[in-house]
Amino acid sequence: MLIPCPHCGPREVSEFTYIGDATKVRPAPDASADAWSDFVHARRNPRGRHAEHWQHTAGCRAIVRVTRDTVTHAVYGASLAGPWGEGEAR
Amino acid sequence: MSGHRLAAGGSGIDRTTPVRFSFAGKSLTGYAGDTLASALLANGVEIVARSFKYHRPRGVVSAGPEEPNALVSLGVGARSEPNTRATMVPLHDGLVAGGQNAWPSLRHDLMAVNGLAGGLIGAGFYYKTFIGGPRGTWTRFFEPMIRRAAGMGEAPTEPDPDRYESAHHFCDVLVIGGGPAGLMAAKAAAEAGARVLIADERDGFGGALRHERAAIDGRPAPHFAAALAAELATRGVQILPRTTVYGQYDGAFGAVERVVDGSNDPGPLPRQRHWTIRPREVILAAGAIERPIVFASNDRPGVMLADAMRAYVNQYGVAPGRRVAIFTTHDGAYRTVRDLAAAGVTVAAIIDARPDVPHAAKAVAEAAGAELLAGATVAAVGGGKRVETIVTTDGRRIAADALGVSAGFMPTLHLTAQLGGKPEWDAALSAFRPGALPTHWHVAGAVDGTFGTGEALASGARAGAAALTALGLAVPDTTLPETDDDLLADRPAPLFHVPGKGKAFVDMQHDVTAKDIALARDEGFEAVEHLKRYTTLGMATDQGKTSNLNGLALMAAHLSRPIPDVGTTRYRPPYTPVAIGALAGETTGAHLRPVRRTPMHDWHIANGAEMVAAGAYLRPRAYLRPGESVTTAYVREATAVREAVGLVDVSTLGKIEVAGPDAAAFLDRIYVNAWGKLPVGKARYGVMLREDGFVFDDGTTWRLAEHRYLMTTTTQNAAKVLAHLDYLLATAWPELRVHVTSVSEAYATMAVAGPLARATLAAVVDGIDLAADAFPMMAIRTGRIGAADVRIARLSFSGENAYEVFCGAHHGLGVWETILAAGAPHGIQPYGTEALGALRIEKGHVAGGELDGRTTLHDLGLEKLAAAKPFVGSVLMNRPALCAPERLRLVGLRADGNAPIRTGAHLVGPSGRSEGHVTASTYSPVLGAQIALALLANGPARHGERLVAADPVRGGETPVIVTPYRHVDPEGSRLHG
Repeated sequence: MLIPCPHCGPREVSEFTYIGDATKVRPAPDASADAWSDFVHARRNPRGRHAEHWQHTAGCRAIVRVTRDTVTHAVYGASLAGPWGEGEAR
Repeated sequence: MSGHRLAAGGSGIDRTTPVRFSFAGKSLTGYAGDTLASALLANGVEIVARSFKYHRPRGVVSAGPEEPNALVSLGVGARSEPNTRATMVPLHDGLVAGGQNAWPSLRHDLMAVNGLAGGLIGAGFYYKTFIGGPRGTWTRFFEPMIRRAAGMGEAPTEPDPDRYESAHHFCDVLVIGGGPAGLMAAKAAAEAGARVLIADERDGFGGALRHERAAIDGRPAPHFAAALAAELATRGVQILPRTTVYGQYDGAFGAVERVVDGSNDPGPLPRQRHWTIRPREVILAAGAIERPIVFASNDRPGVMLADAMRAYVNQYGVAPGRRVAIFTTHDGAYRTVRDLAAAGVTVAAIIDARPDVPHAAKAVAEAAGAELLAGATVAAVGGGKRVETIVTTDGRRIAADALGVSAGFMPTLHLTAQLGGKPEWDAALSAFRPGALPTHWHVAGAVDGTFGTGEALASGARAGAAALTALGLAVPDTTLPETDDDLLADRPAPLFHVPGKGKAFVDMQHDVTAKDIALARDEGFEAVEHLKRYTTLGMATDQGKTSNLNGLALMAAHLSRPIPDVGTTRYRPPYTPVAIGALAGETTGAHLRPVRRTPMHDWHIANGAEMVAAGAYLRPRAYLRPGESVTTAYVREATAVREAVGLVDVSTLGKIEVAGPDAAAFLDRIYVNAWGKLPVGKARYGVMLREDGFVFDDGTTWRLAEHRYLMTTTTQNAAKVLAHLDYLLATAWPELRVHVTSVSEAYATMAVAGPLARATLAAVVDGIDLAADAFPMMAIRTGRIGAADVRIARLSFSGENAYEVFCGAHHGLGVWETILAAGAPHGIQPYGTEALGALRIEKGHVAGGELDGRTTLHDLGLEKLAAAKPFVGSVLMNRPALCAPERLRLVGLRADGNAPIRTGAHLVGPSGRSEGHVTASTYSPVLGAQIALALLANGPARHGERLVAADPVRGGETPVIVTPYRHVDPEGSRLHG
């Protein structure tokens, strides 16, 4: 599995550390315990296309938002997490 | 002694080079080019192994990787390898092999009585026969007995002495299999300029051509193959013999190259090399596996696959017997008849299940002088330890000492199906073929259901051309070599099982019989995946290469359904077993992960330190003086800190610089406590939680400048904390103008602790007023020690007045030695992690044992630290269950007596149940008692209670008294010393 790091180009998955589901939206600081519990614990585990956060630990350390197929492990693209990512890397 | 070396012939052996080896203690001789299996057959060794469950005698069945029976232990001592297929081991001088699974010997195996108790140990026997009965009968009696009786060889107990390598390779075309199709495909691709890698699991290229007698382009087939492989090498094709491409993974293939095979010492070479291959196009030309037929006693030594017999005769010059019979359903097996006859071996009879045998085949039988029984089947073979007679279904008895069986060939499609591809049933072949192929895949030769050398060569050229087209390269013109094919195995009559009396084996390696398949059906395990698990069909090391299809066909017949409706089980990697050593490669022992050393590491070693792993670091546990144990050493060291002064290397702490205008706001969100009012030049202890509200890490953070902080973390969590901060800054709070950087390795760090710490530092520090009011607790000052700039914070983990000294890593050793020299008049002593632990347990400071990921602020008595503001974990830490008084909460323990309290021991009261556990324990020199920290249900309310710290695993029960967790100086008066 190769992940196209927006800084470093396509790199082996072993350089990256999996963080988790990138589709969860962080609740407001004063949100309810239920909202926070959902954010921390509840995961959809979808079959097919999914967005995940990975960190390029053995590279530039960027937090990367990777779009990946959970069945075929095909990687569709990767962008920097947060507001720096504009679309997906080529 | 029916197997023997023929007087002449054997295209693959060198009769001028004898090779000495031993099997089961007997010295034997073979020739260079032999496999262990061919050499054993040549020496008349019939019983090569005993079977898994019934301990039946077993001989060689195949001449290739599919071998289910001839599993031997190779080598001795640390290099011994069980379950090695004798058919895949090239013979070499001094090779030592042994039979396995037999006691006392292969010929006389007393365990063979299991065969008589077969009714008790059929499919699923372990679920039915032995489970139940009085408590403990299973674990104490039946399980050990079965484990001894049913086995697959023994693994060595010594560490593996050999080296393994890892390699990565990128190519345009990967060709898997070096038979006629693979060689031709590689040639086509290489001629067009593609980067090609071709791998074959055998020790030479040519596949079936290596035992083919027909000529290609007027040359003997083995010579043609060798010349073609040599030509590929000159064209720059990477050629890997003895290399099994065993699995397909995401965009990559795993392959193992057996660089040095067998039991000998590889010297400077690695024993195996693991390849991760990333090709653009893949051509699978892995050939096909011959299918046996299930009938009574079909496992007798002497019953072999018909085409394997041909390989032994033609390639190795070995006859499988003196009077051979053939049982088949197709023309291909008549090639074996022809080659046996040409080698002078008597072919007693051909039992052909087809009523109408084609003319060409009949002619071969006639020329060989073999009786042809058309429309007949073999019901059983007679003979106790080897084939003596063949019994046909209509009662004919034929004297023979070997039987070649073939019901056709099954494409070796495993790799096409490992990622979920569905094989398709081919009724003409009576076998599955690859279904829809993954992208970038091509198949050629027998995998694709083509038979005959000419067709294989043509199919290889076509696959090569298809790969080139996919790569956008021009396809060169190819002239196909001239071949002369006849007697193809492409249309076998479908035959899987001949009913009869006696054990008829489907899966020889796991001793699964036709009766077991029927039993599985009767008991409702009809689905193919259930059938597999209930009977263990195909679950042995050969993964059912010769047996799965027969098992499916038997089940289909029981259910009166077509075979494709029953389906196949999932094909999973690896195709053949892969040594763990090959997967590990170089990453073993010290290479598994690098050891980190602090700048003072060498000094510690030179001064008697016994080192202990702490995260990726090695740290001094204690500095042993001559005659001292770790215990006496740490008691001396801890006493020095309480009474005079000590010095400890804390360079392993994680250090993260947090910089930017919003740094204070960031720390406020990360830590439970508030940071806004921390002035420049001061440090503060902080605790951070995980998102779920549990304690994550702790440490001090120093405000170095208006917008610059230095955060310290525990040794263990340094990397995790940095990743946590990176993640939050990238995803949760991108608006914060903060940058975090690891500076762990930039600084050497040491703590000077004890009542004489100030006096010690005063002698060597320039530019800092150390007076108590000029340098208060938690203050940070900068100055110099010798040539080094230092930053000193007055912080204490030991409970004594103490200073943490930071300097550049390269100054670490100098500063360390300067402080030791300054402290010498005061009796300074370096101390290690044991003394550090003793001091912090005395003070009740939490560390790794308590920060175990399951504790909350409230559990650790730290709830007062939490400020009224949102921070990571602030909502979830207040969930009711995390604040319940009955949670395990921090307490101290003091032993009632002198026995040590064991870390990890459970705390047991009158209820007899575990009410908590010991997280850290030590002997306290200052108290003269064994003490500990523990997590105890409702702990703070139970001070004074008597419990037992019980360790039933390692043994020992220590009576203890529950105390507050601050054992020493609870008011903190010593800090101000």
